[in-house]
Amino acid sequence: MSQAGPHLRTRAEGLAAALPPLLAQAEHLAATVLLGAHGRRRAGMGDEFWQYRPATHGDEAREIDWRRSARSDAHFVRQKEWQAAQSVVIWVDGSQSMEFTGDRERPAKSDRARLLALALSVLLIRAGERVGLSNLGTAARAGQLQLVRLADALTGELSDADYGIPETPGLPAHARALFVSDFLGPMAGVEAALAKASDRGVRGVLLQILDPVEESFPFEGRTIFESMGGSLRHETLKAGDLRGRYLERLAERKDRLDHLSRVSGWLYDCHHTDLTAQSALLWLYAALERTR
Amino acid sequence: MWMIGPLGFTAPLILLGLAVLPILWLILRAVPPAPIRRRFPGVALLLGLSDDENQADRTPWWLLLLRMLAAAAVIVGFAGPVLNPQVRDGGSGPLMVLIDGTWADAGDWTARSDKLATLIDDAGRSGRPVAVVQLTDLSSGPPEFLSADRWASRLAGLSPRPWQPDPAAVAAWADGLGDQSFDTVWLSDGMARDGRTDLLAALQSHGAVRIVESPAPVLGLKPADYADGLIRLTAIRRDTGPEQAVEIASIGLDPVGSERMLASATADFAAGAREASVELSLPAELRNRIRRFEIPSRHSAAAVSLTDDSLKRREVALVAGRDEREGLSLLSPLHFLRQALEPTADLIEGEPADLIAANPDVVILADVARLAPAESAALEAWVDEGGLLVRFAGPRLAASDVSRAEEDPLMPVRLREGGRNLGGAMSWGEPKTLRPFAEGSPFFGLEIPGDVTVSSQVMAQPDPELAARSIAALSDGTPLVTRKRIGAGQVVLFHVTANAEWSTLPLSGLFVQMLERLAVSTRPAAPDAKDLAGTTWSADQVLDGFGRLQDAGTLPGVPGEQIAARDFGAAMPPGLYGSDERQIALNVLDAEAQLVAMRWPAGVAVEGIETAAETPLTGHALAFGLLLLLVDLLASLWLSGRLRGMRSAAAAVLLAGVVLAPPPAGAEPLPPNDPLAIAATSEVVLAHVVTGDSREDQIAAAGMRGLSQALTDRTSVEPGAPIGVDLETDELAFYPFLYWPVTLDQPIPSDEAYSRLNAYLRSGGMILFDTRDADLGVSGASTPEGRKLQQLAAPLDIPPLEQLPPDHVLTRTFYLLQDFPGRYASHDIWVEAAPPDAEQVEGMPFRNLNDGVTPVVIGGNDWAAAWAVDDRGNPMFPVGRGFGGDRQRELAMRFGVNLIMHVLTGNYKSDQVHVPALLDRLGQ
Repeated sequence: MSQAGPHLRTRAEGLAAALPPLLAQAEHLAATVLLGAHGRRRAGMGDEFWQYRPATHGDEAREIDWRRSARSDAHFVRQKEWQAAQSVVIWVDGSQSMEFTGDRERPAKSDRARLLALALSVLLIRAGERVGLSNLGTAARAGQLQLVRLADALTGELSDADYGIPETPGLPAHARALFVSDFLGPMAGVEAALAKASDRGVRGVLLQILDPVEESFPFEGRTIFESMGGSLRHETLKAGDLRGRYLERLAERKDRLDHLSRVSGWLYDCHHTDLTAQSALLWLYAALERTR
Repeated sequence: MWMIGPLGFTAPLILLGLAVLPILWLILRAVPPAPIRRRFPGVALLLGLSDDENQADRTPWWLLLLRMLAAAAVIVGFAGPVLNPQVRDGGSGPLMVLIDGTWADAGDWTARSDKLATLIDDAGRSGRPVAVVQLTDLSSGPPEFLSADRWASRLAGLSPRPWQPDPAAVAAWADGLGDQSFDTVWLSDGMARDGRTDLLAALQSHGAVRIVESPAPVLGLKPADYADGLIRLTAIRRDTGPEQAVEIASIGLDPVGSERMLASATADFAAGAREASVELSLPAELRNRIRRFEIPSRHSAAAVSLTDDSLKRREVALVAGRDEREGLSLLSPLHFLRQALEPTADLIEGEPADLIAANPDVVILADVARLAPAESAALEAWVDEGGLLVRFAGPRLAASDVSRAEEDPLMPVRLREGGRNLGGAMSWGEPKTLRPFAEGSPFFGLEIPGDVTVSSQVMAQPDPELAARSIAALSDGTPLVTRKRIGAGQVVLFHVTANAEWSTLPLSGLFVQMLERLAVSTRPAAPDAKDLAGTTWSADQVLDGFGRLQDAGTLPGVPGEQIAARDFGAAMPPGLYGSDERQIALNVLDAEAQLVAMRWPAGVAVEGIETAAETPLTGHALAFGLLLLLVDLLASLWLSGRLRGMRSAAAAVLLAGVVLAPPPAGAEPLPPNDPLAIAATSEVVLAHVVTGDSREDQIAAAGMRGLSQALTDRTSVEPGAPIGVDLETDELAFYPFLYWPVTLDQPIPSDEAYSRLNAYLRSGGMILFDTRDADLGVSGASTPEGRKLQQLAAPLDIPPLEQLPPDHVLTRTFYLLQDFPGRYASHDIWVEAAPPDAEQVEGMPFRNLNDGVTPVVIGGNDWAAAWAVDDRGNPMFPVGRGFGGDRQRELAMRFGVNLIMHVLTGNYKSDQVHVPALLDRLGQ
């Protein structure tokens, strides 16, 4: 047996252990959304029947639908709806701050973010779209195999950075994008990424995921707050007094994100981890439908 | 010991630690509460925010105060605080502690023993030898002065006595003190008594005397007085005071035999009165049960009044031979007995058999010769259990041959034929007088009036036992009254009549006294010295100083004179004394008793007994400190924001909860199962016994359902859904009819279940036992089910049975039937037997049997299976074959209808009113 054998096997088992639950969970979540048609509403390449039209010159004989034509004197051509696949690039914040959860019973923000991302991927891939992860670095692809790759990438370790900056290395032009993060870090990176995406004609969705504790700030007394990675710290003697000002700043941050997304033609929503993932998925699905 | 007011400290130097508290204040004030580290992604939004105020970096003043208080409580606690510390008084030399130890002490005996223990402790601390002397329990010789610790171990043995000190003995003891010198503490009971001032003077000649008296009130209860159907209870008190209500309880044995309070009354002392009375009216039965009266709030021998025969009224049954001569009341054999007994006993008259059923104390047969065998057997059994049978002779007894050849069990002696006459016209001798009663006779000591003469009597046959059985004799030695013991009871024969025909005895007071000695009647008042002279009494139960009745043990007998003198002491404590058949209660207080407070001569210091007990407060102080620290814990957690959703906070709350938790409240009892009772009683419901065999229970339920359906279809009875009854738990009274299939493996019901079943049968319920084995048990062969039925039914109260006769009312309550098939068609059906005197009247189709419903019907035809229908109303089991089978099922159904009609209407169809219609239908 080679040296790499056990190591590889352990990794494979770890992957197998983590992958099916996440994928299954995502499939389960995706199953709750009824798939609609993603047609272009015009004739073209596709599987779905679109219309019969009288055959004209230039139509090849094999395009004639003989069954339909036999019922009348004219020849008819059977046209299908044009179904073009769309590229959707998803960026999921993998920084330390996403690891936070305010309650043992609630999933961490990263868990929710990854679940939503994968569930959306399941939906999109079922609809025949191409889905890619910006973290993955590869181009967006369609097919079940891509789903396994996505799940693999989404079960990986988090980065060491405290706050994440949207990465858009291989963002194809006119693609769709989804940025999932808590957007609590510096806004410059977000703004830059949005500007870059808008330049390329990419439209998309900003989904902010927050823990309820981050919304309510239920702290009292003398407290030293540290960021999840430990790079930032702030000491206060009366945490309760900071609540109002913190909430003001949070609202300001949300407004900023909303404004940013509006000017660049994106959509913004804030999701809390104590709500069901399903509501967020429904919104995401509808939002991507709209931007598509 | 260092004292502040009532508070002392055993280690006051530790209190100096309080001086450190201000320093602690400064230190604690300077240290802010430790911060919590929290990981929080939103910190990026917090950067740059500064605190508005800097107050929280110092511990709040109230938290500081809390901690200071806790520290102070701990310091004070360790300094050993004591509330009401005992201040030892001086004095030296031997100390004598004198206690009265009478019943008056018993009310607050614990306080007295505490005081005694304190006194001995003090003496022990100052090294004084101590002697403890109880005046009611004087030992011979001078008091022994011993070290205090040796007395401390003996204190537990001291107890109050139910009598008073004997003045003569006390005086003798005081003389024997010699010329020792000692101080005295006299724990007095506060009662005035002869010789107390003399004793005080004698003690003062030996040294200083302190007198300690308890202000606790002393109450007593005089003997109950019974007159005109009312019991009069009198309570007395020592100290006149404001109005006071005293509860007096009557205590006796209830019918079960356990002692309990039978009645209670409240005597109200008027302000300034020493005496309060209350009258109690009780039925004779209850009154006879009373053993004592007591004031429950006072544990003292004086607050208990035992009752004896004087309260009881014996039930005396009088039976006379048939009286031919009506209206001559003075000649009636019972006239003198009635006159003698009326005031003190409850008299009943009637037939012997009825009287025995009333269970009287005494039965008097006046000139009754022959008794019916049943009567004499009943009387014998009654005497054997302790009854007293008194017989009087008379012409009828003399003429009969009762107890002639051999001794009648209900006669003490054999009798000679005829008897004898003395002093008549045809005889030689003079009427005889009575010989003085011999010692050992229950009449011993009674004075015989000279005018009591006997002119006729029946004569006893000489027998070896005659002398022993004779308890009164004539002057020539012939027995006049003889007695024989049978089991626990006795038979007494007066050889003369109960009227004045044969002797003048019934005319004299001696007659009443003799009846009283025999305990036929009870004495109206307490016996005086004359009555008691010459008797010997032994203690049955005695009172202790606290008024508790105790077994007398082996106390020697007491002569009647001493009883009369009420000279209580160790030899004769108060209690219940018995002699022969009589019982006398000697109570601490007699009817004339008064409780008088002692007035000590001026110049003698009298102290109260109450001393505030030492209470060490160390535990309280430390517990208070701990409590404050707990509060501090919670407050600190709250201040530092850790109280929310934190486990430590939960633990702290839990800890506080454990420390301060109140005891858990008891669970509420569950309400009884009412819906079942409502369902069972709102409609007629057929019930079946749940046997535990699920298949059989299912069939039984289906059978009841089928029968209910048939009843609804055919009759005006519309039963509800059938109910399965668990004999162990369910109430049976709701169901008029119970179907009981006998299965081999069903458990035998418990005794409680059987008692409920018997009550059910007696109150008109019917059980249909079905052994379901008629196909096997033909011609009387016993089957396993049959044997099981015998086991099951053995404890049931089932009347004699007979096979269902052709004229039984079951044959015509609804349908006219002669066969009662179920799945099997056996004719062996058993019902309650008809009375033996039922006769068929000529021309009538059936006998005149107007009795009730038979409580059981027993058969083996497996009716339930024939009745059983499934949910769609189709029969569940095949019955017979073909059309014959259908007919059999129909007959089974008709039997069921008849049975339920019989249960619900009883013997209605047995009424002769229906005869014409029935005759018509029968075609006769």
